Amino acid sequence: MAFYVVQFLTGLASAASLFLVASGLSIIFGVTRIVNFAHGAFYMIGAYIAFSLTERLSGAFGFWGGILLAALAVAVIGVIVEMVLLRRIYHAPELFQLLATFGLTLMVEDLVVLIWGPDDLVGRRAPGFRGAIDFFGQNVPTYDLFLIVLGPVVLGILWLLFQRTRWGVLVRAATQDRDMVAALGVNQKWLFTSVFAVGVFLAALGGALQIPRDAVHHAMDLRIIVEVFVVVVIGGLGSIVGAFVAAVLVSELNAFGILIFPKISIILVFLVMAVVLIVRPWGLFGKPEAAARKTPGLTVNPWRPLTSNERLMALAALVVAATLPLFAGNYLLTVGSEIAIFVIFAVSLHFLMSVGGLASFGHAAYFGLGAYGIAFLAKMAGLPMIVCLLLGPLLGCMGAAVFGFFAVQLSGVYFAMLTLAFAQIVWSIAFQWVEVTGGDNGILGLWPSSWAASPSHFYWLALGVAALVTVALRAMVFSPFGYALRATRDSLLRSEAIGIDAKRIQWTAFVIAGTTAGIGGALFAYLKGSVFPDNLGISLSVDALVMVLLGGVETVSGAVIGAIVYKALNIWLVSQTDLSKLVLGGFIVLIVVVFPKGIVGMLEMLAQRRRKASPPGSPLLAKPIESAE
Amino acid sequence: MNVAPPLLAVEGLTKSYGGIHAVRGVSFSLRAGEILALIGPNGAGKSTCFDMLNGQNIPDSGHVRLFGEEITGRKPREVWRLGVGRTFQITATFATMTVRENVQVALISHGKQLFNLFGSAPKFDRGEAGRLLELVGMGGYADRPCGELAYGDLKRLELAVALANQPKLLLMDEPTAGMAPRERVDLMRLTASIAREKSIGVLFTEHDMDVVFEHADRIIVLNRGTLIAEGTPAEVRGNPQVQAVYLGEGLVYDARHREGASA
Repeated sequence: MAFYVVQFLTGLASAASLFLVASGLSIIFGVTRIVNFAHGAFYMIGAYIAFSLTERLSGAFGFWGGILLAALAVAVIGVIVEMVLLRRIYHAPELFQLLATFGLTLMVEDLVVLIWGPDDLVGRRAPGFRGAIDFFGQNVPTYDLFLIVLGPVVLGILWLLFQRTRWGVLVRAATQDRDMVAALGVNQKWLFTSVFAVGVFLAALGGALQIPRDAVHHAMDLRIIVEVFVVVVIGGLGSIVGAFVAAVLVSELNAFGILIFPKISIILVFLVMAVVLIVRPWGLFGKPEAAARKTPGLTVNPWRPLTSNERLMALAALVVAATLPLFAGNYLLTVGSEIAIFVIFAVSLHFLMSVGGLASFGHAAYFGLGAYGIAFLAKMAGLPMIVCLLLGPLLGCMGAAVFGFFAVQLSGVYFAMLTLAFAQIVWSIAFQWVEVTGGDNGILGLWPSSWAASPSHFYWLALGVAALVTVALRAMVFSPFGYALRATRDSLLRSEAIGIDAKRIQWTAFVIAGTTAGIGGALFAYLKGSVFPDNLGISLSVDALVMVLLGGVETVSGAVIGAIVYKALNIWLVSQTDLSKLVLGGFIVLIVVVFPKGIVGMLEMLAQRRRKASPPGSPLLAKPIESAE
Repeated sequence: MNVAPPLLAVEGLTKSYGGIHAVRGVSFSLRAGEILALIGPNGAGKSTCFDMLNGQNIPDSGHVRLFGEEITGRKPREVWRLGVGRTFQITATFATMTVRENVQVALISHGKQLFNLFGSAPKFDRGEAGRLLELVGMGGYADRPCGELAYGDLKRLELAVALANQPKLLLMDEPTAGMAPRERVDLMRLTASIAREKSIGVLFTEHDMDVVFEHADRIIVLNRGTLIAEGTPAEVRGNPQVQAVYLGEGLVYDARHREGASA
């Protein structure tokens, strides 16, 4: 019994840090609508700086002062990031800020290694809380007790801040309707900056307070960010109390899950999140999200099919790509195959995200399912490659059919989080069901049949499939179904009023996208000769998002270009420098700031400007208002 | 007395939110080709009433019948399939698509081609889309991005979209709100001529009394959720209860107060 009580207390102590980070994320999202992917990075920097400060400053005052100073320092970094980077892109397409903060995260991951080295750092114990108290033969660290008290105290302070101060009232008002707050004459710039600073301060404080409990290392950002997303979504975006309750819930699930359901401990949290989202789509303490106010005048260029000239150009590009085996070596051909496969992957997400307006944060699940489909069919059923390639993606299709049905019941960030949860569930199954999937060791020895075995043949296969998939999905964008899908994205109210069953349309799109991703995964399994749980992991899902956003989410061909640029750059950087993440992250941030419409969006804008320069455009067409959301 | 059921028959429609009775026992009917205005002061329950007609909102009790067929509680998209088009108080259009594409989506839905994955949508019923746009005077705007349109044009586009499934009944929630006076007259004249020509029943809510009295065949007046008057424009105009609602009770109706009320 005492053991369980101690386990419970440990869970509560972990909840404190989680709550701090989650409440920061929640506040930032509530006001700025930015899903701050870099929140984990700020948490990590907080821990690193606190480590350095507490090592140098001596005594109790030095320790606690160091923790506080570290959090303040990171808050200053946050302010700089907000003013220099985020302010420029508040008006960029939705989720573009996610790309920017993702780029930051990549940079920070390399920077901390550069500054503090790759090894785990063990910080010093908190003065005054070094020991442990005896609880019926079980040890409870006094620092844990301190954290258990700290959580509710911070909750109380935040509550007072939001209920009793002018600033807090403004933040709550902006969370409900930021346009209205701006219309009332509140300086939004400084409100956003201050909110961001407070949010980052909380994240960094959460990180700094962890050092007496856990070693500081350079992967702690990704580990916490996923957990924090889960907490914020379960609690309800924008709700501080929700963040607290959910942090406790998640921490206790982690603490007891490992005892009671060791087999499914990892997915337990995600299962709970999926259930919460399905039963209460806006979280335990959240409110249904008010539809974002669409400013009339905000336009994207209406999509059109390629003109015959552009078709010829695309065909020419394909022909040139097909000549690669004539002069390139095996390594380059393998790289080429990989890029072609990622084009398939990116195009499939683009269909869901740009055409359907459904940003999936867990698209790798269907890519990976396609790969595992191949592994099962080839290794266990011993089927020939061509049959496997045809049937393998069906696993992705089935996964998308099941998960998609639930996911399309939600929209926006909640949709994104539910897809993330599903992907994590699939990942955990692949990771933990060792008997079938081989767990961490994966399934090895998947080699293509002889007709596709040589690098040049495989390259042609991958290129051909990529071209086929791209053309097919593009045709779908301009099919009656594609119009219907875009209609559901633009206005649910109107589509319902003209007889469109939006959920069924979106579900169909989800299945199409999932199946297509499965095709990519199937080819990937043969390219690598193996499948691992990583093939359906979060980082792969994020890669897909980045590729689509980089190319330009508002364009039809952005995904293709985005995939080629991102993947080629990624592979090249890894081979050239140890600091590939720093360079890649910097590149992404630069693209976001300089070309907020993505690479293809930027090219389209240039082309349009040139076209307009010749005949004087009509005054109506001349200036679409771009300053809205 | 005609034996055939009316185009739209509403009977005892009731809806409350908490303790507030938004709509109480409202009954009326609408014949084909008739233009019926639903008026009443702010908060009278017009929009609630309206939303219950096409399934946007579900009544606590009461019936909505289309050609005698019960449609109460059906989903908006099912009601649409039965031939009910609607426009919204705040326009709802597909902002990233062109004007023509907006109409084409409705035509695609009407033709039950929503799950056609490989057809060509730009060519889909292009002629019919063009005709509908011409009909509402938007022919020259077909290739414009919808998001660039002025508000009055958006209203006309909505009308074209609402006409795409050859409706029997048009529901228009404040069709002229936010328009210039000249545009108001034009739009309502257009609507009236289309309705008479195609024998479409039109129900609309409206705050502008000039528009109402000029174009409605019949008017029903809602106040605090209940129907207080029904009749021709002349009858409603002379109804003391309606005057009381609009001008306040206990007032002598004279020029001085008239000025105060219309301000």
